[in-house]
Amino acid sequence: MSEYAVELEGVSKHFGPVVAVDGVSLSIRDGEFFSLLGPSGCGKTTTLRLIAGFELPTAGEVYIGGKPQGETPPYRRPVNTVFQNYALFPHMSVFGNVAFGLEMQKVSKEDIRRRVLESLEMVQLPGMENRKPGQLSGGQQQRVALARALVNRPKVLLLDEPLGALDLKLRKAMQLELKALQHRIGITFIYVTHDQEEALTMSDRIAIMSGGHVLQIGAPGEIYEQPADRFVADFIGETNFLVGRVSEIRAGEATVLVDGTLEVCALATADVVAGQEVTVAVRPEKMTLHAAPPDPLALPGRVEEVIYIGTDTRYLVRLTEQTIVVVREQNLGAATTARFHEGEPVYVSWTSGCDRLLTE
Amino acid sequence: MTRTSRRQTWRILFLISPSLFWLIVFFFLPLILVFAISFGQRGTYGGVKWLLNLGNYARFFDPLYLRIFGRTVYIAGATTLICLLAGYPLAYFIATRPPQWRNVLLLLLMIPFWTNFLVRTYAWILILRDQGLINTLWTGSLHTGLLQLSNLVPLPIWEPLLHATAQPLTLFGTDWAIIIGLVYGWLPEMVLPCYAAIERFDFSLVEAAQDLYANRVKTFLRVILPLTMPGVVAGSVLVFIPSLGAYVTPDLLGGAKSIMIGNVIYSQFMAARDYPFGSAVSFVLMAVMLVGTLIYFRGGTD
Repeated sequence: MSEYAVELEGVSKHFGPVVAVDGVSLSIRDGEFFSLLGPSGCGKTTTLRLIAGFELPTAGEVYIGGKPQGETPPYRRPVNTVFQNYALFPHMSVFGNVAFGLEMQKVSKEDIRRRVLESLEMVQLPGMENRKPGQLSGGQQQRVALARALVNRPKVLLLDEPLGALDLKLRKAMQLELKALQHRIGITFIYVTHDQEEALTMSDRIAIMSGGHVLQIGAPGEIYEQPADRFVADFIGETNFLVGRVSEIRAGEATVLVDGTLEVCALATADVVAGQEVTVAVRPEKMTLHAAPPDPLALPGRVEEVIYIGTDTRYLVRLTEQTIVVVREQNLGAATTARFHEGEPVYVSWTSGCDRLLTE
Repeated sequence: MTRTSRRQTWRILFLISPSLFWLIVFFFLPLILVFAISFGQRGTYGGVKWLLNLGNYARFFDPLYLRIFGRTVYIAGATTLICLLAGYPLAYFIATRPPQWRNVLLLLLMIPFWTNFLVRTYAWILILRDQGLINTLWTGSLHTGLLQLSNLVPLPIWEPLLHATAQPLTLFGTDWAIIIGLVYGWLPEMVLPCYAAIERFDFSLVEAAQDLYANRVKTFLRVILPLTMPGVVAGSVLVFIPSLGAYVTPDLLGGAKSIMIGNVIYSQFMAARDYPFGSAVSFVLMAVMLVGTLIYFRGGTD
């Protein structure tokens, strides 16, 4: 038995001339909550469908529980799916929907009854078994879809944007509930979403996808703090990009000349050389504003705009003719006015190491 | 009733008055007339004698007419079944093509039906009769081919085949000739409602079923068929009802022995001049159609 629940080995999927998934390799551990995150059209849903068997790879191999799947049809794979639109059978009751998979596996009548009621209990829908899907709310339908998949006790549960159709509040509640459920039953979840916050909240690990490729795989913290490239840094959270050329590397610190005038210091990576075109990425919440320069590395600028958003205040600070950065400051005190005002000269600084030098 | 809702009622009555007029004058009144006549008696020289009695309905239960009625139900049933077995897969095929192809395929299905029904039925005579297309091939090319083959490879197995192909097949004038003609005539009536139902069907449910361990057959029987049943029911009614009342097709393609209830009604009105009995048979047929339709629709919605 492999320690991996699902592995993809150089999997590609072409639809005619369109390459939806391009040489993706993934190893998803047993019991892991793994998210595929990316913008629409990045190939995340196709990747999920390749695991489920709804699509067959053009190249590469999908392994489930260590077994190569080849052209195994979906009904012979030990995985179950929660579909984006739930795909509940409208002509069957909730009981009929949840019992369907067990009936197909020829489970005995008594066992079906017991397991269906158990799983409805698990998704907090007891007493609903005689309703038709059309009589349920979106959130309830979502729970039925979940129960219908989980009742089969699959090795892996595949979820294709299952919360996409729910309103914000319900979605937040379901995120926590799903995560708790996964923790309790210990089944591997592979979760497709375009919502970065959702992925960060729920996942053990995340794979960021774009253009059919996997750009980075890592724990939420790694993805957020150490984005592999500009796309990841931009896609996950908010990031300031300072584009320039490396003028000097000394003691692990690279000095980057931005727009020919501004000198920015950043932690050098192993592959960076002097004269190279690079991007320094710094998250807005890592930056601080000062009225006087706290150290010689602080960048001088001028406040362009102040935006108050309750928990934080966002400052747009112009550093050069071409470059504006966003600085996010938590409103810790009780002051009703911002610390700085439009047009004021300020200095921007951040703790060394909070910056990230990207060569792409 | 308030003034506005009363005004609304008048407006609706005004709007439906043309169709209401049409239905009352050309459908409801004649129907009442036929119903009244069915309780009368044939006059000596035709015409209707108003001696009200149930004799015409009693006469329908004569074994002669019951047998014809039984054959009619059998022919209409076989027609419906064949139309369903042929039409549903065709509808499924068309509904699962890319959208730009669907209308083209539906158009191709409809094109033959722009030709007059009578002409198309005559064409089947040319195909089915003893000197027709099928039998020309049967007793001609096939027979001579087998003859040459048996000369080349003399084996006893050719003997019965040669014997069979020496005679033309009896196709024309049988129940099956009528069924072929009716299937050909009513197939689109089956395909179109089935197509409408399958086209509306959400194919993500197929993936859901397959995800839940249902193979293709189970997916079809448990998910696709139940959800497209309204199309099947509508198509079956649309084929079965006119087949039950068919008159032209059995008249042209059927022989003396294979007549349907429609031919009985025709002959009572035209040849026997027995209006009352013809009316009674019409009403029995209508009652059977009505009951059949009700049962079928109720069964379909459960």
